[in-house]
Amino acid sequence: MEAVWFAIVSAMLAVYAVLDGFDFGVGVIHRLVARTDEERRTVLAAIGPVWDGNEVWLIAAGGLLFMAFPRVYATAFSGFYMALMIVLWLLILRGVAIEFRSHQDHPLWREFWDTVFSLASVLLAVVFGTTLGNLVRGVPLGKDGLPGMPLFTNFRPGREPGILDWYTGLAGLFTLVALAGHGALYLVWRTTGPVRERSLAFARTAWKAVIVLWIAATAATAWVQPDAFFNLVARPWALVFVALSVAGIWGAFRFPRRGQELAAFLSSCVFLLGMVATALAGNYPFWLRSTLDPSYSLTAANTASARYGMGVALAWWAVGIALTAGYLTYLFRSMRGKVGADSGAGY
Amino acid sequence: MSDGLIWHRIQFAFSITFHYLFPQLTMGLALLIVLFKSLALRLRDESYNEVARFWGRIFALNFAMGVVTGIPLEFQFGTNWSRFSRFSGEVIGQTLAMEGVFAFFLESTFLGLFLFGERRLGPRGHLAAAVALALGSWLSGYFIIVANAFMQHPVGYRLGEDGVLHLESFSAFIFNRWALWQYAHNMAASLVTASFAVAAVGAYWSLMGSHARHAAICLRAGVVAGLASSILISFPTGDGQGKMVTKHQPVTLAAMEGLFDSGPDAELAIIGQPNVAARRLENPIVVPGLLSFLAYGTFGSTVHGLNDFPAREWPANVELLYYSYHIMVGLGTLFILVMGISAVLLRRDRLARTRPMLWVLMLAFPFPYIATTAGWWTAEMGRQPWIIHGLMRTANAHSQLVNPGDVVFTTLGFAGLYLLLGMLFVVHVLKEIDRGPAASH
Repeated sequence: MEAVWFAIVSAMLAVYAVLDGFDFGVGVIHRLVARTDEERRTVLAAIGPVWDGNEVWLIAAGGLLFMAFPRVYATAFSGFYMALMIVLWLLILRGVAIEFRSHQDHPLWREFWDTVFSLASVLLAVVFGTTLGNLVRGVPLGKDGLPGMPLFTNFRPGREPGILDWYTGLAGLFTLVALAGHGALYLVWRTTGPVRERSLAFARTAWKAVIVLWIAATAATAWVQPDAFFNLVARPWALVFVALSVAGIWGAFRFPRRGQELAAFLSSCVFLLGMVATALAGNYPFWLRSTLDPSYSLTAANTASARYGMGVALAWWAVGIALTAGYLTYLFRSMRGKVGADSGAGY
Repeated sequence: MSDGLIWHRIQFAFSITFHYLFPQLTMGLALLIVLFKSLALRLRDESYNEVARFWGRIFALNFAMGVVTGIPLEFQFGTNWSRFSRFSGEVIGQTLAMEGVFAFFLESTFLGLFLFGERRLGPRGHLAAAVALALGSWLSGYFIIVANAFMQHPVGYRLGEDGVLHLESFSAFIFNRWALWQYAHNMAASLVTASFAVAAVGAYWSLMGSHARHAAICLRAGVVAGLASSILISFPTGDGQGKMVTKHQPVTLAAMEGLFDSGPDAELAIIGQPNVAARRLENPIVVPGLLSFLAYGTFGSTVHGLNDFPAREWPANVELLYYSYHIMVGLGTLFILVMGISAVLLRRDRLARTRPMLWVLMLAFPFPYIATTAGWWTAEMGRQPWIIHGLMRTANAHSQLVNPGDVVFTTLGFAGLYLLLGMLFVVHVLKEIDRGPAASH
């Protein structure tokens, strides 16, 4: 049962990375690819109806983690206290920037909110990558739990690392560039004219950088946490995720050249899905690895809730996610096609 | 204060109080938007659609604020209250997760469709989107109330040998009787807030002599829904909720009412200041026997006063609890009066011309926010010193490994950020109201 729930929570997080990932990516390149007010309204109209629903995947994944693995939730969230508070403030600023911008005609306010939106998106992309890096690298979990993690120490991964070191920083940078490329392909698919042209040009460069950083991050992981590789090799099914990542990056290069915009965007979705799934599958059964002593690590088995509650939750989760898939399909179908500045009620 | 408990409490109390200013409007407003949309369809009157679109824009602003201030609360269970999360996550996590899976996806999807898809959906489809939006927001309310009801009156659990709570019966947990009453009471209150807001905007436009048709629609809907919901908050929902408190939290009831001495024919204090050190109510104006009647249905019943309980079981802040409760009840009574008079004037077709009453309606809209906030403070402070009634004390629930200095810093950060957001929010709402219903932009 705990393996099932590890997989469910991981899958929800991977979907979150793909979906909110593209609107973060759009935020990252917002000021670069959209220069005039009309272009910027077009960009916001492209994510307007969906960004909020995309964020729900994070909330739902968090709720499920809370239910299925309360000890992980309690330990990780209190251990990463400062980092998470910064995440919250960034999420708040990013959300209101999108909303307030559309209710405000003043050019300076619009400039201000566009900048807030972009900066918050950049920082969040980095922070989420860093978080994933922390899960892979491990944290100084002791017998009593995880004392408040410092944001940084000497920037070296070791027994007592900070949240940000060269390894997790690299993971953050990799995530930033990958999400920017992902968002660019979304805009190529959803927009026309100069915004589309600039996004296409940006995507070409970004995806080259993704390959370089991907190789670097993989090599760094082999150095910092070789265990993750042994795990992958020991679990042949996990190699499917690696294959997905490779296929995704291949598509992200190939399809834009042939003008297949949707296929290109879906390829980058597959790439991100594969990446997050690979990282979490390589980490299984660990939620939080201890850098001090493996026996202090939090695993799926030693933190899981009792069977009855997990079983009930499995039943309602299946119903809920089927419903969600239904109306999200409807939402994305009903808003397919290109957007213009006047597409939205408010943007 | 060395372990930061007070700062954890201040941070959570502040962020949840601020957060709930927004959902309390949107849940009720969603229902009124459904009403406007169905009337538009039935009466074939475009004005109703324009009113619905106007309130849709106000809804969107409130919704965005509700979302961004709501996410921190879910996080704070883990960041600030990790011992509570670890102890109760298996039970409470059920409904927190269900809220995401069932309510938030529904709500966010259909809000997107409602705001952006009117042309594509057509009139019936747009109404359906409004209904789905309302359903999502009402479901979300239920799941949260179930979590809170468990903290007030835990059922459906067992305490395991590992020292944490396990779910024993999902149906007992989800259909907690406490939750049913609390939900009814809370949703009626949300409708009060929304009705007063709609009526206030109608009154403002009437007083300004602008958008006469839309103003009349808002006034009528606001006053009718406002009267109905104002009655519902006191009876049966407030009464039912009060009886749950009487039965399961008798010491809380005594503190809410400022009752120190036990006895039959217990008096209901209308006004008075509790003096906890001297264990009496100063300058009281009371109705003899009424408290016995309200609590147990007969005037002679014995109600236990605070003196019957050891002081360590008393709610930690009797004075603030007493005032919160009395502010809620006092305002609730005034709401019936205001909406009752307005309804009579409306029936005689004189409301739109009675300027003093329009002034009252326009200025009345903040008070449901105050009453609802006071109501939630009553519920939360009344539960103290427990975080989960009878099972876990608040003093044992916060994250001990978090540096208290960090909590002070982030509390100040939230205060500053929310102050800024609150000001901007008010500016934007006022702007929308001035822009009026006909504007499309």
